[in-house]
Amino acid sequence: MNWNRKDLLGLRELSADEINFILETADAFKQVGTREIKKVPALRGKTLINFFVEPSTRTRTSFELAAFRLSADVINISASTSSLTKGETLKDTARNLEALHADILVLRHSSAGAPQFLAQRLKSSVINAGDGAHEHPTQGLLDIYTIREKRGKIADLHVVIVGDILFSRVARSNIFALTKLGARVTLVGPSTLVPREFEKLGVTVSHEIENVLPEADVVNLLRIQHERQRKEYFPGIGEYTTLFGLTKERAKHLKPDCLVMHPGPINRGVEIDSEVADGLQSVILDQVTNGLAVRMAVLYLCGGIAA
Amino acid sequence: MKDTKHTASPARTPGVPIMDAEAIRRALRRIAHEIIEQNADLKSVVLAGIPLRGVEIARRLAEFIRDVAKIDIETGTIDVAMHRDDVGTRAELPVVHTSKLPLPLEGRTIIIVDDVLFTGRTARAAMDAISSFGRPARIQLAALVDRGHRELPIRADYVGKNLPTATREQIQVRLQNIDNEPDAVWLFKE
Repeated sequence: MNWNRKDLLGLRELSADEINFILETADAFKQVGTREIKKVPALRGKTLINFFVEPSTRTRTSFELAAFRLSADVINISASTSSLTKGETLKDTARNLEALHADILVLRHSSAGAPQFLAQRLKSSVINAGDGAHEHPTQGLLDIYTIREKRGKIADLHVVIVGDILFSRVARSNIFALTKLGARVTLVGPSTLVPREFEKLGVTVSHEIENVLPEADVVNLLRIQHERQRKEYFPGIGEYTTLFGLTKERAKHLKPDCLVMHPGPINRGVEIDSEVADGLQSVILDQVTNGLAVRMAVLYLCGGIAA
Repeated sequence: MKDTKHTASPARTPGVPIMDAEAIRRALRRIAHEIIEQNADLKSVVLAGIPLRGVEIARRLAEFIRDVAKIDIETGTIDVAMHRDDVGTRAELPVVHTSKLPLPLEGRTIIIVDDVLFTGRTARAAMDAISSFGRPARIQLAALVDRGHRELPIRADYVGKNLPTATREQIQVRLQNIDNEPDAVWLFKE
C-alpha cells in the first residue's frame, strides 16, 4: 500500500487498508521506544508546530515526544500565547506559521472542521489533535492499536463505548474506525448523551449497561466532560455513576478477557472505580504508551509525504 | 506490504538473467564459508537482514552455516526506512518494518545482509539503526550482488557476485519465499 495523505483529519475518510497500514507502521515505531537510543532520524530537519487552541497536556506531550523521537524540531503554541487573543484569525496565524517553514501542524481546536479548513489552505501537513465534538483520529487509532495488540484482531470483537457520546470526538473516531474494521460497536449512556441517531453509523445504542457488559470484549469508558456539559443533559455525577459507572461490582460481570479502556484523564469514582482502573483488565496505561507509537507513525507518514 | 526498494517500476524491456537459483545457492554457500573463516567466534555473530529480501538471505546463510559449522547462528531484522536520509525526496515513502536484534549487542559481530549493494546509503542507514540498539564489537556487510556506484565510503565484506552496471539499469532479485517466483537475479536495461 502507498500512503499518499499529507493530512490526518479524521478516521471517517480513511479506508480499512489505510487504518491497518498506520497500525503496522506503529508496530515498527513502538519498537523504537525499547531501544537504548529512543530516537531515529526520519524527520530530521523538519519542524513541527503543536498548535493547541484548546488546552491539552496529554495529547500535546504525546505529539511532542513522538516528534522528538523522529528528530523533528518542535514548537508549542497555546491559545493564550498565540495572537488569536489579539484578534488574528486562525488562517492568518497558520499562514504565519507556514511562513516560518513549519512542515507539520498539529492542531487542537474547539471548532469542528478547523483542521480541514487549514489543510485545504496550507502546504504543510495538518494533523487533527481533536476538533470540537468531531474527531480525534490519533486517539481512535491508539485505542484500536491497543485492542489489536491485546486481542490480536479487531474484526468480530464487541466493543462497548460508555458515556458522553454526544460530545465525544473520541467516540466518533472510534466508531468510524471500528465499524470499518469489522467490530461490533454498542454505545451506552443516558438517552440525552447517547441518542438513537447514532444507530445511523452502524452501531447499537443501549441505555442500560447491565445487559451489555457480560457480552463485551472491550469496554471503553469516556470521561464525563464537565467543561462541555450543560446541566440539562445530565442529572448529576452521583446518578451517572449509579447508572453507568464501571463499579467494581459491575466489573465482576465482565468476561475474564474483556479489556477496560479509558482515554484519560480518569475521573476516579465517577465513570470508573479505582479498583477497576488499576485492575488486571485495565489497559489504560498501555493506551498511553501506544499513543506515542501511533503518533510517530502518523507524523512519519504524513510528514514524509508533505515534503 | 510490498517493499519498493529495488522494484521501483516494472521495466518494459525483458530482463537479462544474471543468476539462476543454482548460482544464488552457490554464492550464498560460499559467503557462508567466508563468514565461518573470518569469524573465529561464530557464537557472537548475528546475521541482521534488511527487509524484505535481506531477511530471507540471512535465513538461508544461517542454514548453510548450520550445515557446515553445526552452529545455530542468531539472525535478526534491521529496519532502515526510519534511518534513511532521504525521506521526502523519494517518490514513495519507504515502508517501515520492525527491527529485531538479540540484545545486548555489546561484544557481538553484526553482519548486515542485503540483496543488492548499490549506493551504500542503505548500509549507512543500517549502521545507524544498529547503533541505536547498542555498541557491537564490529559490523560487517554481506550482499548477494554488488552492482557498484557507491556514493559513500562503504564496501562489503562478503559479496555473492560483483556486477558492473550502468546507473540507469535496474537489478532485481527474486526469491521464492518472498516473491513467489523462482530464485533469480535479473538485469533490466531501463
